[in-house]
Amino acid sequence: MDPLMMADQSAEAIRYLTEGVLIRINRLTQRPEPELATSWKVAKDGTKITLQLRQGVRFPDGSPFTSEDVVETFRHLLDPALHSPVADTFKTEKGMVKVSAQGPFAVIVEFPAPTASIESIFDQVAIGSARVTQRPAPGLGPFLVGERKSGVSIVLKRNPSYWKRSADGKQLPLVDAIRLDIEQNRDLELLRFRRGEIQLIDKLTPDLYERLAADAPRTAVDAGPTLDSEFLWFNQAKRAPISEPTKEWFRSAPFRRAVSQAIQRADLCRVVYRGHATPAAGPVAPSNKLWFKQGMSPEAFDPAAAAKLLAGDGFRFENGVLRDHNGNAVEFSIITNAGNKARERMAAMIQEDLAKLGIKINMVTLDFPSLIERITRTLNYEACLLGLVNVDPDPTELMNVLLSSASNHPWNPSERTPETAWEAEIDRLMLAQAATADYRARKKCFDRVQEILREQEPILYLLHPNALSAVSKQVTGVKPTTFFPHTFWDAEHLTVTKAEGGG
Amino acid sequence: MKALAIGFLIAIVLAALAPLPTRYDRQFRDSPNARPSRQFPLGTDDLGRDRLSRLIYGTRVSLLLASAAALLSCVTAAALGGVAGLAGGIADEVIVGVADLFLSLPWLFLLLMVRACLPLNVSPTISVAITFLLLGALGWAAPARVVRAAVRKFNNADFMLQARATGCPTSKLLWRHLMPNAMPILWAQLWITIPAYVLAETTLGMLGLGVMEPLPSWGNLLRELEGGGIAGHPWLLAPALLLAAVVGSFQAIFEREDYSV
Repeated sequence: MDPLMMADQSAEAIRYLTEGVLIRINRLTQRPEPELATSWKVAKDGTKITLQLRQGVRFPDGSPFTSEDVVETFRHLLDPALHSPVADTFKTEKGMVKVSAQGPFAVIVEFPAPTASIESIFDQVAIGSARVTQRPAPGLGPFLVGERKSGVSIVLKRNPSYWKRSADGKQLPLVDAIRLDIEQNRDLELLRFRRGEIQLIDKLTPDLYERLAADAPRTAVDAGPTLDSEFLWFNQAKRAPISEPTKEWFRSAPFRRAVSQAIQRADLCRVVYRGHATPAAGPVAPSNKLWFKQGMSPEAFDPAAAAKLLAGDGFRFENGVLRDHNGNAVEFSIITNAGNKARERMAAMIQEDLAKLGIKINMVTLDFPSLIERITRTLNYEACLLGLVNVDPDPTELMNVLLSSASNHPWNPSERTPETAWEAEIDRLMLAQAATADYRARKKCFDRVQEILREQEPILYLLHPNALSAVSKQVTGVKPTTFFPHTFWDAEHLTVTKAEGGG
Repeated sequence: MKALAIGFLIAIVLAALAPLPTRYDRQFRDSPNARPSRQFPLGTDDLGRDRLSRLIYGTRVSLLLASAAALLSCVTAAALGGVAGLAGGIADEVIVGVADLFLSLPWLFLLLMVRACLPLNVSPTISVAITFLLLGALGWAAPARVVRAAVRKFNNADFMLQARATGCPTSKLLWRHLMPNAMPILWAQLWITIPAYVLAETTLGMLGLGVMEPLPSWGNLLRELEGGGIAGHPWLLAPALLLAAVVGSFQAIFEREDYSV
């Protein structure tokens, strides 16, 4: 697949290991580091970046890497016919990005408007050769795609022309090859890890982590809260084919806040994630030190306060049933995707928590395509429990969720104009933070967005799962991180010793 | 053996109707995955719910609703298979054609599709009833073909000739003469279908698409086995053993009976 089209985590893993990028965000320090660009200069107004390219780098076919390759890559990326999801990062309402060469080893990228976090967006762009006639083609990463067994595995071999060397002068990568196994069954995956057939599992479920930690604690790694989040939201779209009373409840901020206060987030973390999750205060995990609003804490579990909020909003509790001001019993469904045990358990716990408020929840698990159909197209659902995988700590990553016009705006997708004042305010703040390179100004805007989300609770953020991985004793050099890829972000420096036993 | 199997099934049904030790949906969140104890004879599940209560209630759900669904299938099969066998001609061709269509449909995908189209805001009880109703509505085809074959054979029997000779109307021929003679076949189909539907619901439950939470069923109870670790937690096998014993009992009851016609 074209590395500029990578849309899921598996494809992203292959891209990460086989392609070169101009600037790499170090997954441990979260700082930009030179890769194919040795240095860069960002203009004060944030609209231009000049990159000096690394010299002496060659593609696997022997051709030299020059500015022509960068220009051609961006031309291909920004081609509307490609429909690359990566290209969205470079698109603005004011026009397209311009990329031009300034000699063979310098490139200028000009944005029509000031762009936030300008270096980090280059981490996603795989630089290909200008001379290729067919994609994908061997890239500038540490590995090359070798043997491929459809549905079984992909072997990545060392790239003999990889430009990087270790601190002591050794040619990188240090391993000869990496085999990526396609394993649908998580239990089988763990069994193979214990047998020594695989050495790294980048993402473990809490159940499997606990099992591994009990038997082989040194191989089970908990790197801390990821940027991912699990959350619940209510369908607030006016055009949604749900009953009017239900819409009225969902559009009430006191109702949403009351529901939020009735959910025991600490229990969700403790019981469902076995303690390997952190209650969420908002969309940003505390591990995201640059953007997390300091002082924000998760909504406290307070059923008394929840009951008071509901009473103030015209609800009354009668014979164990909560009724609105028209006497309608408060009952609604929560949909989630079938097969995700963690979400099924969370939904069951939320069901019990809200039952104490007199709210009856019907939990419905759907196959994923049906669920997506309902939440994006037909809007035929009431509440939804889902999660978001965040690969980029920058707030711009959340634009397609928080902007009211976005198709992924969960509670009311693709609004022509914001239907509420607070949504309009979020729009204004998110666009403002994206239009400046000044971190302080951006932080101020995004802090206010987090406050509004807490006040209005259109999304009830529940928790941030931890990064749980399995790392074999055979592998050295692994520095687990909360950012994807958790264990092999530094694959070129990993080494493998001979197997002595399983795990 | 047959007597043992019957006795076992009666015991299971009675046990399933017994009062529950605790509410099946109550979460003892401080004791998730607890080992068996006096308070929880089969321990607790991931959410701290009493496994024994859930097993008892799940048996109620799975066994009783599977029986209802099987009854629906067999009644439908009796009606359609009987009409096809008796009437012959176009009616027979149409019914057989529809039965073939139902037999060739991938039932799992059909169930998923229908389930996805169901209204969301139904209670777990109604949802499980709809699931079994669907199973019953989809499962008539195979028994109908068996009934049809039997009815066609009976059509030329002496008692049928005599009944026709006395001017017996078609509906009476079907219900007063043919069906009583086909009852052994229908009973056999019923007893075959009940465990089949139990297993079908189990499959749906294992996929997370069966009975809605917090209602337990054998299907969603068996999902606990997905995680492995049986060696250290043999009580997890309780639903599987019960399911195997019940299905085996159904088979044993009709093991040596001759239902040829």
